[in-house]
Amino acid sequence: MILALVEQDGGKVNLHSLEMLTLARRLAEETAVPLHVVVIGQVVDGLGAHGVTAVHLAEHDALDDYAPAAWAECVVQLIAAERPTAVLAAGTERGNEVMAYLGARLGVVMAANVTAVSPGDDYRVTRLRWGGSLLEEAWLKGEPKLLTVAPLVIQAETVEGGAVEIRPFTPQLSADGLRVKVYGRTQPESGKVTLADARVVVSGGRGVGSAEGFAVLEELADLLGGAVGGSRVATNLGWRSHTAQVGQTGTRVAPDLYIACGISGAIQHWVGCKSARHILAINTDPDAPMVTKADYAVIGDLHEVLPALIAELRQRIQSK
Amino acid sequence: MSNLPEKANVVVIGGGIVGNSVVYHLALHGWREIVQLDKGPFPNPGGSTGHASNFIFPVDHSKEMTLITLDSMRQYKELGVFTESGGIELARTEERMEELRRRMASAKAWGVDSRLVTPEEVKELVPYVDTSIILGGFYTPSVGTVDSLRAGTLMRERGLALGALTVAPGVEVTGLGVKNGRIRTVHTMQGSIQAELVIIACGVWSPRLARMAGATIPLTPAVHQMISVGPHPIFAATGREIAYPIIRDMDTFMYERQNGSDMEVGSYAHRPILMNPDAIPSIEQSALSPTELPFTQEDFEPQLEQALELMPDIIGDERAGIRHAINGLLSLTPDGNPLIGETEVRGLWSVAAIWIKEAPGFARAAAELLTHGASEIDIHASDVARFYPYARTRHHIHARTSEAYNKTYGIVHPREQWASNRQVRVSPFYFREQELGAVFFETAGWERPQWYKSNQPLLAEYGDRIEQRPHEWDARWWSPIINAEHLALRDRVGMVDLTAFAIFDVSGPGALDYIQKMTVNQLDVAVGTAVYTPLLNPHGGFKADLTITRTAEGRFRIVDGGGDGARDKKWFEQHLPADGSVVFTDMTSALCTVGLWGPQARAVLQSVTDDDVSNEGFPFSTARNILINGIPAWALRISYVGELGWEIYTVMEHGLKLWDTLWEAGRPCGIVPVGIGVYGTTARLEKGYRLMGHELEGEYNPVEAGLARPKVKSADFIGKEAYLKARAEEPAAILCTLTVDDHTSKSGMKRFMNGREPILTPSGESIIDRKGRRSYVTSAGAGPSVGKHLLMAYLPPEYAQVGAKLAVEYMTEQYPVTVAAVGSVPLFDPLNERMKK
Amino acid sequence: MNILVCIKRVPATGARITLTADERGIDTRNLGFTISPHEECAVEEAVRLVEQFGGSVTVLTLGPAEAAEQLRDALAVGADRAIHLLTDGAEWDPLATANAIIEAARAESFDLLLFGNEAADTGDYQVGIRVAVALGLPCVTGVKGVEVRGETVIARRDFGGGWEMYQVPLPAVFTVKEGLNLPRYPSVPGRLRAKKKPLEQREPARQGGGATSSLEMIRLATPPEQGKTVQILGQGVTAVPRIVEILHELRLV
Repeated sequence: MILALVEQDGGKVNLHSLEMLTLARRLAEETAVPLHVVVIGQVVDGLGAHGVTAVHLAEHDALDDYAPAAWAECVVQLIAAERPTAVLAAGTERGNEVMAYLGARLGVVMAANVTAVSPGDDYRVTRLRWGGSLLEEAWLKGEPKLLTVAPLVIQAETVEGGAVEIRPFTPQLSADGLRVKVYGRTQPESGKVTLADARVVVSGGRGVGSAEGFAVLEELADLLGGAVGGSRVATNLGWRSHTAQVGQTGTRVAPDLYIACGISGAIQHWVGCKSARHILAINTDPDAPMVTKADYAVIGDLHEVLPALIAELRQRIQSK
Repeated sequence: MSNLPEKANVVVIGGGIVGNSVVYHLALHGWREIVQLDKGPFPNPGGSTGHASNFIFPVDHSKEMTLITLDSMRQYKELGVFTESGGIELARTEERMEELRRRMASAKAWGVDSRLVTPEEVKELVPYVDTSIILGGFYTPSVGTVDSLRAGTLMRERGLALGALTVAPGVEVTGLGVKNGRIRTVHTMQGSIQAELVIIACGVWSPRLARMAGATIPLTPAVHQMISVGPHPIFAATGREIAYPIIRDMDTFMYERQNGSDMEVGSYAHRPILMNPDAIPSIEQSALSPTELPFTQEDFEPQLEQALELMPDIIGDERAGIRHAINGLLSLTPDGNPLIGETEVRGLWSVAAIWIKEAPGFARAAAELLTHGASEIDIHASDVARFYPYARTRHHIHARTSEAYNKTYGIVHPREQWASNRQVRVSPFYFREQELGAVFFETAGWERPQWYKSNQPLLAEYGDRIEQRPHEWDARWWSPIINAEHLALRDRVGMVDLTAFAIFDVSGPGALDYIQKMTVNQLDVAVGTAVYTPLLNPHGGFKADLTITRTAEGRFRIVDGGGDGARDKKWFEQHLPADGSVVFTDMTSALCTVGLWGPQARAVLQSVTDDDVSNEGFPFSTARNILINGIPAWALRISYVGELGWEIYTVMEHGLKLWDTLWEAGRPCGIVPVGIGVYGTTARLEKGYRLMGHELEGEYNPVEAGLARPKVKSADFIGKEAYLKARAEEPAAILCTLTVDDHTSKSGMKRFMNGREPILTPSGESIIDRKGRRSYVTSAGAGPSVGKHLLMAYLPPEYAQVGAKLAVEYMTEQYPVTVAAVGSVPLFDPLNERMKK
Repeated sequence: MNILVCIKRVPATGARITLTADERGIDTRNLGFTISPHEECAVEEAVRLVEQFGGSVTVLTLGPAEAAEQLRDALAVGADRAIHLLTDGAEWDPLATANAIIEAARAESFDLLLFGNEAADTGDYQVGIRVAVALGLPCVTGVKGVEVRGETVIARRDFGGGWEMYQVPLPAVFTVKEGLNLPRYPSVPGRLRAKKKPLEQREPARQGGGATSSLEMIRLATPPEQGKTVQILGQGVTAVPRIVEILHELRLV
């Protein structure tokens, strides 16, 4: 039996868990064993369409919120009872975390961010390393095999599903397992977001033209809950304080989106922003290195584009 | 991506400061359909320009380097990218203070306003220097920094605005097509371009590009370490890129400069770290850029301590971090000079191994060379053709650059010799010379005896006619034995190893026309006649000087200085007629030469030959084949030392026997081995003979050098038009020989100039001729037979008067000098009777 | 507060990683080495906590002799002690790595053990948790905020565009992520002090899962070039609707 740990968003299977289930189902088919899943606290629908034949539902009063060690205890107990050949989870923050606990508890190695598996006595796995810059082929040995599946690599598929059997169980949870548990959630306080942890950084360079020119960048950053940065030119000319400098001799940022406004993209600036997941360059020069290296680019004057963008965003907020 | 044209007049490979300067100056000189390529993006394609420290100190002991740097500064200022900050070179030791005094001479000689400053003055200029550990400084107010990337962009844009240029970043050259020794095609990832002229201007990658065409550009990428520490409130408060003078802490081989809110510290003190151009990572493989390699902390650690010592408040600031640290790559060459000119492949040029401070100046000179065949500032010391094949090897480049790296801020004596990769070229007399205790100096790889320790007893013989130099600096790489050898040569007879001569034979139906085209003086002379002649560039300035003998109706032999031979060979080859009517043969490695000179020279030679060597049988300025002790030899009766005698040439394998024969024959006359110290300096100066690279440079003409003959030949020759013009004008300066009247310094010690010092009016004013050239000592040395220390210098006509009293500045003190000869009149034996006997 | 920070020496790579000829490692001939980025933040956090609450920061690495460079880097920014678990340079799997660290940590008493969430090179996501489980300590992973309240610590991590909060008693294990703080640069005096500090060197036995469980590398490979090119969203203001779409796709509005 192949066992998969499924994460959910309020009764709906999480996208990355669906991707993981696709790989898990193929593995089950190739090894001619059934595919079971374990869900914590709340049952989810639609698993039949992913080749699942049984859902093990862990039910316990203490499982009202995420507690990684407790989740792991649930799965460990299920493993003891069901003896799966492999346990899979999505390579999400939670998936990797719970699987790492399993590995620690069972004394086996966990293979993180796997993209392909060739089953056998030992699994030949392909996994991501270096944040996805490299692939590793490796032999995974152990009973059971523990692996997480890299997000956004495998396309989630559905199949003609059969009936899914729900098998609730009540795990024994230790006090230690419940020591670490989410006790609250917050939204980041606006205005206090720093360059280092901002999800959006709006950064300006020579093209901003003046200290006053940064007002429009500030406004956009506020709207997006982001932070404002500057190139070395901008900080050296005194348009921004040097603490706002993004680059080799300033801060290295890794936001979800880096918006480079009027920045040519000198190497020393690029070093500071290249870890961003996505880069949007706004520049009048289509040959500027920032433009050619970015994921998205707008060819134009930032002092025209940004006000229009801000107006559009404001309108959407108001119309909501 | 730019669409590459299929054809271009010129392709420039490289988009750093050099490539951009080159395309700009070519455009200014009227070139069109220029294509500029770089595999990287603009404005910073990832070469050395991108991480350069960008500061400029104009003063260098080399005139060429200083003039080019001053020109570059002018250009940077015109582009609006120059920020003047001033700069101070500090001395922590007395030896360095002396070097700074010497720098004062260079500053004055080349016309840069500098002054020595006390520790207190340093403190006023740069308050964060701990002046308790320094003795003083050399302050140049005009020092500054440039934005080299911006400068490159502006120059490229000007080239574009002139409609001269197609710019293609992101285009990698994959091959260079050569046909019949001439460049034809540049192959790139994006297609091929036909071009008759291709310029490699891509710094550390240049050797790799040259190799694609089978040519060489002898440089190596080498690491220069640099860190940036900050932020510092004192700098941030200035709100400027740079507000404080740049410090060069000369004794620790480091510099410290403000860079925005940071202090940048660079070092030339660490071990030489050389790299193979093929091993430089690609742009994608590099964490920063291909020429910004990972910092190797352990190499820099001693420098951190020294920087801390000098600037405790800045470098020691706990709140300031080392925000940037790199092993930056720059280009080094075997002799430290750039590599400019045509490579071994016709039409394939190198403009490489050039630093920020020099780039626009060298680019202008290169554009002038390409357009007119001559540049306003003579850059012969940077001619890529100066290297012989052995010096173009990785072995030699690595040996010399490893040796030189830590001398970047070192105190290098003008006569200092290299220690590495020696004994590369030796004459057949080498082991005899070793037995005689020869002290060898190197010229173009050749080991040449500078003086012989075996001549030590002559010191006693000549007693107080020998100049003593009490100061260690004046006497470094020098020996009083040179003066003793000089006197013995003049009294008796001496043997001089001249095997380092470069020798070229020119023959064929077109030989006479060709030789006439290349030379100033009349070469349509009787067979067997030798002629000393300058070679001019198209502007009428000196390109070379050498001796040519017509050895047969259609055959000439050119004898040239070893140090100039490689460069001059290139010049000769570049001008060979395309019709094949002239055959040019390099005989340098086939022939050895010994000079036999002195009053007893004829007696010695006659004793070992049956040929007639009498004055009538073998007149002055002629050459012929003779048999010496059965050895076929070619004897040329001329003299660079002003004595009766011959240069005797034979093939290498006969060399040892020739030497031994003359030596044995000379013993009854008291023959002495004589070194180049006499040949190249003392005897030469007494005779007023000019030396290429010293008196003779592209900026001067034969009229000024006193080498104009009464008549001008009717045949056309390179530079003739300019030469005729120069003859029609009053010369702006005339080369003179001066004597030092009093050597006594303020301390009472006698001092002896080594050359390159400024000549001043008696009141200490600089002397500048109407072409803007300053008077300085082109050569200096003893004149043992005239009993004076001799200097040569170009002087404007008002000072070029025998008996005129002037001054020379040496180590910041002035010494009285007198003009002893104007033009090429010898001080010793003015009528040349001795050698014409 | 006595804090242990476990760091790893990793190459600082460029945009493209080149493999060695045997495809079992990356070509580091022209690369520098650094502390894995998450762990740089761990060191910074530890130094700040000790500056605030007193105590000492011990950095530990498991790696080859050259990894001493990274220990000195950490000492240069304020760590007090360094422990070097010396290996012969071979890659240790997460089990063996964790076992060596467990043994070293057991010998002393730390109030807080900091790890990177995952190593930049291997991306195994498990060493910190293994150590926590073995030592019986609570563990929070993915930490991007730390606040000490007496004997307990509030830890914060990203979740769905916001933060989720954990509260754990000390001693505890945190695995942290970049963004937790802005690591400082070493000062020159810091560098010079670091040079003089001793490194405690030990040679742990390699105790992995062995025959029963392991992850054994066969080879590394470079993913097929995705042919990434910039997507031009438009000229000037006409691009605004596309920008808004992208902000939506990235869940930033």
